[in-house]
Amino acid sequence: MESTSKSKFVSFLVSLFYILFLLAPIYWLVNMSFKTNGEIVSTMTLWPHQPTLANYVRIFTDESWYSGYINSLKYVIINTVISIAVALPAAYAFSRYRFLGDKHLFFWLLSNRMAPAAVYALPFFNLYSAIGLFDTPWAVALAHCIFNIPLAVWILEGFVSSVPREIDETAFLDGYSFPRFFVKILVPLIASGIGVAAFFCFMFSWVELLLARTLTSVDAKPISAVMTRTVSAAGMDWGLLAAAGVLTIIPGALVIWFVRNYIARGFALGRV
Amino acid sequence: MEKTWNNKAWFMVLPVLVLVAFSAVIPLMTVVNYSVQDSFGNNQFFWAGTQWFEETLASSRFWDALQRNLLFSFIILVIEVPLGIFIALNMPKKGLGVPVCLVLMALPLLIPWNVVGTIWQIFGRVDIGLLGYSVDALGIDYNYVKDPVDAWVTLVIMDVWHWTSLVVLLCYAGLVSIPQAYYQAAKIDGASRWSVFRYIELPKMKRVLLIAVLLRFMDSFMIYTEPFVVTGGGPGNSTTFLSIDLVKMAVGQFDIGPAAAMSIIYFLIILLMSWVFYTVMTSSDAQA
Repeated sequence: MESTSKSKFVSFLVSLFYILFLLAPIYWLVNMSFKTNGEIVSTMTLWPHQPTLANYVRIFTDESWYSGYINSLKYVIINTVISIAVALPAAYAFSRYRFLGDKHLFFWLLSNRMAPAAVYALPFFNLYSAIGLFDTPWAVALAHCIFNIPLAVWILEGFVSSVPREIDETAFLDGYSFPRFFVKILVPLIASGIGVAAFFCFMFSWVELLLARTLTSVDAKPISAVMTRTVSAAGMDWGLLAAAGVLTIIPGALVIWFVRNYIARGFALGRV
Repeated sequence: MEKTWNNKAWFMVLPVLVLVAFSAVIPLMTVVNYSVQDSFGNNQFFWAGTQWFEETLASSRFWDALQRNLLFSFIILVIEVPLGIFIALNMPKKGLGVPVCLVLMALPLLIPWNVVGTIWQIFGRVDIGLLGYSVDALGIDYNYVKDPVDAWVTLVIMDVWHWTSLVVLLCYAGLVSIPQAYYQAAKIDGASRWSVFRYIELPKMKRVLLIAVLLRFMDSFMIYTEPFVVTGGGPGNSTTFLSIDLVKMAVGQFDIGPAAAMSIIYFLIILLMSWVFYTVMTSSDAQA
């Protein structure tokens, strides 16, 4: 079996090189975040020769920086909770029933996931200014619903459909009311699906910049907007920018382990 | 399994309907409203009819941006799809390597888009970035800020870095669903590596591959944040894609009418593609 061990080695090399290609730019960002600006600008060093935590200390002590993270987390969490709460009953309806216009509705939801944020930037600005939500986490949270609710519906629909219908029927025969069946039986059965949907809502809200930046100015400024402002500030503070970038990667990196087997399903809108 | 006909299910869909309508229909009507009016400020609007649509469709600015977008999406697909399939085929199928590969490969997908831009903005710089510095050290004249070709190369590599993993993960999900018996049968028949791929693996991946292609096409067609951070649409207009141009027009120059008309044309293109996407996906659902 010499040929298979050889081909296994080639496979290993392919995976290895691809992962190295993915990690190199991230490593460079981490590397820079531990350097002083003097070292970044003056010499090309593959690792920090005078490692410093100053960039991180600055972010955790300067309110204009750390409040950016808090603001981002606020709208991301509000958005995730809203999206899952409204998507659950809808996913059940789409999975179990046929009703007037269901297919059109499903398509319309999908079309919103595909709509370019740039189209909505200006009207959102006007809409949320008019109802007094501009520059609050609620504005961004509601705006992000446009792509997260369809995503949550699609993912959850897949998970609900994998629960046999006999379970519903047995529960109703046993005298469960619909809300009680939903909370006591269905939700625990698709708990992993809810976790996955929540992860993807969290993620897509976290990575979005255009709407978050357009809908906030001072009080609710997300971290991504704080970062773009610093880029243009007098003199490039590369180390600080890199440290801020590293901190935005951490939430995703922490939770990804728990959803590793569902990643493909989430990106495919629940269709794998 | 037959679904039961029940119009009361509408009540369960209602919250979704209300919320998405609030976030999608109202703003869209505002855009339609703007697209047929002219404004001289002070919130005074005048009926402009189809003027903005005619202007947009006649302007080279719109067609140039559209062409750039199509070219970009085309290059992205040609590189990412074969590369994604190739890597998925070479990924470990069992053991500890599987979760490690999955997690490491998914990492770029979870990075905020502006940070992706920042990473490549830094990585590609000749003075402080590893990539720019290495390329420069090889004696190749490279500067993504000044040279349009270099800017394009940087954006394409960035997108390959950012999104190829999506294709890999989807293909991998298709590959692991193939029963071992198929491979054993192929081995007994003495099938070559190519025919195993062509007649066993590719048909099984067809469904996920379609999703990957359509998602990549649509997302690259709406790309905004990453090129905005790296090149800002420049040098000149060489990397000004539709989204970037639109935001420039609407927020930067406050040309609401033309921007709205362009939004609607842009949106109709996307809607058409979503329809293709939906048809393909639901018909493959029916097959599965």
